[in-house]
This record gives sequence, structure tokens and C-alpha cells, in this order.
Amino acid sequence: MSTLAPSTSRRPDPPERSDPAPVRPRRRRPAGIGDRLSLRRTIPMIPAALLLLLFMAGPIIYSLYLAFTDKAIRGEGASKTSFVGVENFTDALTDGDFWNSVVLTIVFTVISAVIGQNLMGLVLALLMEKSNRAISFAVTSVVIAAWILPEVVAGYLLYTFFSDGGSLNGLLGLVGIAPQTLLFSAPIVAVSFANVWRGTAFSMLVYSAALGAIPGDIQESASMDGAGPMRRFFSITLPLLRPAIATNLMLITLQTLSVFGLIFIMTGGGPDRKSQTLPLYMYEQAFSYGQLGYGTAVALLLLLIGAAASLVYLRLLPEEEKR
Amino acid sequence: MTTTENASSATGATPPTATASTPPARRTRSTGGKGPRERTTELASGIVMIVIGVVFLIPLLWVVLASFNENATLSVSWPEHWSLGNFAAIWNADTTFRPLGNSLLLCGGATIVTMVAAVLCAYPFSRYRFAAKRPLLLTIIFATGLPITAIMIPVYSLFVQVNLVDSMFGAILFLGASSLPYAIFLTKGFMDTVPVEIEESAWTEGAGVLRTLWSVVLPLMRSGLSVATIFTFVGMWGNFFVPFMLLLSPDKLPAAVTLYTFSSQYGQVAYGQLAAFSIFYSLPVVALYLIIGRSLGTGFAAAGGVKG
Repeated sequence: MSTLAPSTSRRPDPPERSDPAPVRPRRRRPAGIGDRLSLRRTIPMIPAALLLLLFMAGPIIYSLYLAFTDKAIRGEGASKTSFVGVENFTDALTDGDFWNSVVLTIVFTVISAVIGQNLMGLVLALLMEKSNRAISFAVTSVVIAAWILPEVVAGYLLYTFFSDGGSLNGLLGLVGIAPQTLLFSAPIVAVSFANVWRGTAFSMLVYSAALGAIPGDIQESASMDGAGPMRRFFSITLPLLRPAIATNLMLITLQTLSVFGLIFIMTGGGPDRKSQTLPLYMYEQAFSYGQLGYGTAVALLLLLIGAAASLVYLRLLPEEEKR
Repeated sequence: MTTTENASSATGATPPTATASTPPARRTRSTGGKGPRERTTELASGIVMIVIGVVFLIPLLWVVLASFNENATLSVSWPEHWSLGNFAAIWNADTTFRPLGNSLLLCGGATIVTMVAAVLCAYPFSRYRFAAKRPLLLTIIFATGLPITAIMIPVYSLFVQVNLVDSMFGAILFLGASSLPYAIFLTKGFMDTVPVEIEESAWTEGAGVLRTLWSVVLPLMRSGLSVATIFTFVGMWGNFFVPFMLLLSPDKLPAAVTLYTFSSQYGQVAYGQLAAFSIFYSLPVVALYLIIGRSLGTGFAAAGGVKG
């Protein structure tokens, strides 16, 4: 133990370890761990590097070109692609349907992620600490089950829940409220609720882990000093949760901005574009209308919104967490 | 980003920690006799939790009840005659077995691609020092947040040019690459917890990198590795957009996409069958989550290995 231990904490002395061309029999020495990376040692990274370059970096770089062309699946731009400058972007920014989608995307993200999943997750994590163990186990299992179901199944289940003869209207009927047709009258509300249903577990788990890391004696001593539960929550728990809240908001926002399947299954973006968020608009433009170049421009604008949101959340992080 | 890791480990860890650590705390609280106020809080939070739980439960209840009800409607209701008719109706190759087999091929293949590349890539990250390490790791973490939806149009367009659209192989490679950043991030985290000492003794005995990785490091991070693998697989299993864009022929489509086509074709009549298919399609994911729930609690064997 004592002979082996130092190598993790202290760096091995360089002259012995970085022997460049060891003769075969000498290779006995425990060379290398914690040591410099040599060209040979990067070999295992090649498959990952190739995959990431070909399938992630490649498309991203290609999209920077594609967004400035009129590439299309059919019609003009299909046989011969030409460079059109910023036309795709100006087209988007002057298109009413684009702005409709931007507004819906923001509404969807704010209602379902920033408010819905985030608050519901926090509330559930707090309740878990206070309530009976069997109850919290049962309820969190249900919430997690909603989260792990495949997106298409979730979309389909929530479609039945909100539809005309669905469970929601059955329940409303029991308490004497007239049936609602949310999927037609306010589809963005229906899909937002669906996203809360599906995504709350993630925030709940993040906050539950963060709450578990808060030492109990801080709460106790505050309560000794006469701080009530509300005071303790706002002056102790919430400030300590700040990094978790910022990280969680960033992750769920990026996730929600790119939700496609859930909305596509539930409403298809309709009726009358009333739930057509940017990913659905992008899909419609690129594949229903075949405008690949224009669709890519929209995708880049979507990424821009995500980047802007991330920057805002990064500011929420306490200084020492940023590095 | 550490929170992601917390969250991911918490996913599986929730049941074990709940059983392991909560009871003593509870007991002191109730025997300590904090008085009626504590009890009221517990009761009130319990009631609120149950209400939230019931709301979350209704859609889940619908799919289970409807799958056993041949006359299922859109609303949740107790079947008058429980039957396996819905399951029997979809118990054939075209509706169920081929899509699920395709899902298995697509997601299993892509998981292998991802995990092999991730483990190989994580090893140098975890064990050697180099100048580009931090920027590279930050790039990988940044890439985990990149919405795949936003790059699907260029991917499709590139795939058309190299004739990979509607190729299972192409879809496997893309799906594998798209979950690679997160898998590298998770795997490196788990690999960092394997102490270097054990590995150094393998080095002294003359084992090469691959051999050490395979027979020393990987067995010691088995539970972490299974968590990363299951996360990768489950993420792919639920992915709809990627196969929806990249695969076209009906006989290659995975369950995620056939569920959509099925619901748009027969969804208006055969609710029960759709529910039964949803259950078949979801079962593997649920089962895998139950598995990590158990294995995460056992912790890492590595720590014991150093002490002994």
C-alpha cells in the first residue's frame, strides 16, 4: 500500500517516466499513469473522435453553409443549389408564421419548463422530505414512470387524456364542469401540460439530490434562532439551491426548446399552427415544403435562442461555480 | 453539469437511499415527539403529494386498463371484461415483433458503438495529463446540451448525398455518435473513481493499455458502466426524431416510428391495441430502470479493492 499510494497524489518524477523509446525488457516499470499523453496513447480516442467529427461537427459546419443556400428537396434549388446570402434569415424574420412559432416556443418553454417542471420538481422534492416514506416512494415512482416512458408513448397517452372523450373531460364531468377541448381551443396549453407531466421527474431528482446535500444542522440552528419554515426556505434553502436551480433551468430549457415528438404526436403543430413551435415549423418548412436551406436557417435561429437562454442562466450561477 | 450526474445517479439511487437512510431519521422524529405541528406538516404534505401523484397516474392508468379492455375508449375506465384480446391482436410479426426487433437492432447496435467508443475515449481523459484536456472536456460537456433536433436537417441532407438515408447502418452510426458526448462524460466520471494503484500493479506485470482497461479497469467500474450503458440505450429506445428522419422503408422502422404510423392509421378505432403496443414498447425501458435502481446501490467495488 505505502509503495503504491503516492502515485495518485504526487506526480512521478519526469526523467524516469517520460522515457521516449523504452527497450522491450525494460517495459516492466509502472510507466505512464498520470503521465503525459503521447501520440500512441491517443489511439484509443480515434473512434470517438471520428464519430464526433463525422456525425456531429460535420453536420454543424455543413449547416453553416446550408443555411445560406436555397437547397431544396424538389423544385428550384433541388437540381442546382446556389448561394443566396442572408436571404433565408431575412425571409424568416419577415415571416409571420416564423414569429408565431417563436412566440409559441417561448410560451411553451416558459410554461412547461421554467414554471411547470421547475416549480413542480422543487415542490415535489421538498414534499418528499416532509411526508410519509411510503407515500413519497409511491408518488415519486409514478412521476419517474411518466419520465422514463418513450416520448411517443407519452405523447399518445396525453393525447388521449386531453381529447374530447378523454379522461380529463371524464373527471371534469364528475365535478360538473363542461367538457373542454384544449387540443383545439388552446393546444399550446395542452402540450405544455404534457411536457410538465413528462419532464417533472428530472427536476425533482435534481432538486432532491441538491436538498440531500444541504447539511441538516444549518436548518436546525436557524430554527433554534427562531426562523420559521418560510424564513428558513427563503434565507437558507433557496440560496444554497442556487447552483442546482441554474443548472437545472439550463438543461430543461435546452431540452424543451427542442421538443418535437411530443407535440408532433399530440397536435402535429395544429390546429391552424396554434401549437407549432420552432422545431415543428422547421420540420414543416424543410420536409413538407422541401426547403432544406430555409429549414436549416430556422434551426440555427433555434440554436441561437438556446445559446441566449444558456447565457442568462450562467449569470445565475454563483461566481465560484463558473470557473 | 455535475448536477446531471447527480440526477442520473439519483434516478436509480432513489429507491435504495430511501430505504437505507430515511428510516432512522423518521424514527427519531416520531419518537422525539415533535408534537402535533410535525404531524400536521407530514399529513398536509402527504395529501398534496397524493393529489399530484393521482394526476400523474391517470394517463398511466389509462394505458394499462385500456390494454386489457377490448372496448377501450379514450377515457380511463375499469374494463367490464378483462381480456388479452388486444395483446393477441397485435401478437404478430408485422405489428409488433419486427418493429421491436428493429428497435433492438438500431438501439442495441448504436449502444455498442457508443459505449465502445466512449470507454476507449474516456481512458486517456481519465489517466493522462495533456494541455487540451480541459478545452476538450468542456467541448464534450457543451455537446451534451446541443439539441439534436436542430442538426437533423443538415444530417439528412448529408445522408442523402452519401446515400445513407434509409440505411440501418447509417442510422446506427448517427444515433451512436449523437449520444457519445454524454456517454463519454458519464464514463469518464465513473472511471475517475477507479483507483490508479490497482492498475499500476497490472502495468508492472507488463499488461498493455487495452489489456489493463479490459481486465482491470472495466470490471471495477462494472456498475457505473452498466448505468451509462442503460442510460444510453434507454435514451435511444425513446428517440423518435432520428429514425423518423433517417429510416424510410416500413420494414426497417423501429417501434418508436411504427407507433406513430399505427396511431395515425388505426388510432381512431383500436385504442386498446394501441395501448397494448405502447406497453410492449415501454416494458424494456421500465425493466432496465428497475435494474439500475438495484445495481447503483451496491456502489463501487474499487474502494474495497485498494484497502484489501
